[in-house]
Amino acid sequence: MNVLLDHFSDFRAGFLGTLSITVVSSVIALLLGILIAGFRVSPVPPLRFFGTAWVTLLRNTPLTLLFLVSFFVVPEILFPGMSTFVLGAIALGLYTSAFVAEAVRSGVSTVPLGQAEAARSLGMSFSQTLRLVVLPQATRTVLPPLSSIFIALTKNSAIAGAFSVTELFGWQKLLSDQGYDIVSLFFWVALGYLVITFTLSGVFRLLERRLEVAR
Amino acid sequence: MSASVLYDAPGPKAIARNRVYAVIGTLAVLGVVGVSIARLAQKGHFAPEMWDIFNYAGIRQNIADGVVSTLKAFGIAAVGSLVLGVVLAVGRLSDHRPVRWLATTFIEVFRSIPLLITIYAVWVGFLTDHSMWALALGLSLYNGCVQAEVLRAGINSVPRGQREAAYALGLRKTQVMTSVLMPQAVRAMMPTIISQLVVTLKDTSLGFIILYPELLYAARLIASNTQVNGQYPYVSTIIVIGVIYVAMCLALSALANWIEQRGRRAKTGIGPAAAAEPEEAPGVLGHTGTAADDLGPHITKDTRS
Repeated sequence: MNVLLDHFSDFRAGFLGTLSITVVSSVIALLLGILIAGFRVSPVPPLRFFGTAWVTLLRNTPLTLLFLVSFFVVPEILFPGMSTFVLGAIALGLYTSAFVAEAVRSGVSTVPLGQAEAARSLGMSFSQTLRLVVLPQATRTVLPPLSSIFIALTKNSAIAGAFSVTELFGWQKLLSDQGYDIVSLFFWVALGYLVITFTLSGVFRLLERRLEVAR
Repeated sequence: MSASVLYDAPGPKAIARNRVYAVIGTLAVLGVVGVSIARLAQKGHFAPEMWDIFNYAGIRQNIADGVVSTLKAFGIAAVGSLVLGVVLAVGRLSDHRPVRWLATTFIEVFRSIPLLITIYAVWVGFLTDHSMWALALGLSLYNGCVQAEVLRAGINSVPRGQREAAYALGLRKTQVMTSVLMPQAVRAMMPTIISQLVVTLKDTSLGFIILYPELLYAARLIASNTQVNGQYPYVSTIIVIGVIYVAMCLALSALANWIEQRGRRAKTGIGPAAAAEPEEAPGVLGHTGTAADDLGPHITKDTRS
């Protein structure tokens, strides 16, 4: 209890750091993931190949390595001295985008065949079919896996803390280096993560219920 | 390809348009890659000296040691997580409420705490001098919980009749579990179990935070201790280590896919699930079929309604 009260402002900063890196990289992952999923089902072969390569590569790379790439290679390419928060969010967002793309793609394939056929026979183009007919219906099946992906993202954000981004793991590491008891630190940090992950799964359950339609 | 439902077979106009898109897309990707390489080369990261370091026996030895330690931690964690997974899955399906409750709590708690935090706490708290065991224990705790959920889903997917027949033959609870349910569950879930093992392999890279000298740690050590042309060879080291990691993970993933395809051939028993990352919510596991499987039943459903 004492550890938390004595360092509450740091803990709050860490909690907010975890929260904000989660939100930023979720947005990156979601947008990029949907785009890549679109590539993977598109009629243009090179785009399909690119989508497949992207997913295969990122799913088989350890996230820690991706963080190394983001912190040591990306600044060399873009410009040196980028903030660790941005770099961490990029690494986390790109990594998760591969998983989002897979979830969206399998969601697309669960939309009844007749829907896409009807859209095509109405003369819709590929992007219209995807945007107006298939993706909105895929949302419903994509939500449960998406919820677990975003929970995993929240947990993965701890790795960013090891690369000096302000968040909960950083707080734990700092205080444990100062000699505080690891058990109580572990308890509070775990509680912080549980708050975020339970909120996330609650929000997704709410969304699922709102979108639930009897078929 | 099931996705072809989404667009018509392209006519002459569409073929021309697709070609334009293909060229633009390829150029854009190549452009990004090219600019990146040019920028890196401009800063001297692709100079021959940067790659020359991998000719030194010492650095090769470092990398080899890193691979070995990574595989060692992975081996221990794989065994540990599978054992823990079986125990927890059986515990969660137990008839005794306290056991069930205990297993469920254990699974829920360790699954929702970031792996890194568990590993770090185990390291600082109990095994400060044994980073390999701290890493393996942390990985086993987390992945054991995930494997338990996978196995539980597998056991639940065994048709009811199997269990009932086993009980009717007079088998005991343990016998039903060990000789009827578990073998079928493991067979059905093998691709998912191996996919989770790939995740375990990837997560051994977290060992570098607790100073366990695995592959990624070796990479950082090499990159930060060798100075070439007044620069640290981060880019070349990351590329080399990255290729090793991706190759290892791809080999394991390929194994999962191979087992899945082999299992498809057999007509007996329940078929193996698609090789997918296990979901957090056990309820959705049943939904993640492959594209071809998913399209089939819907057609019949449509004509009926």
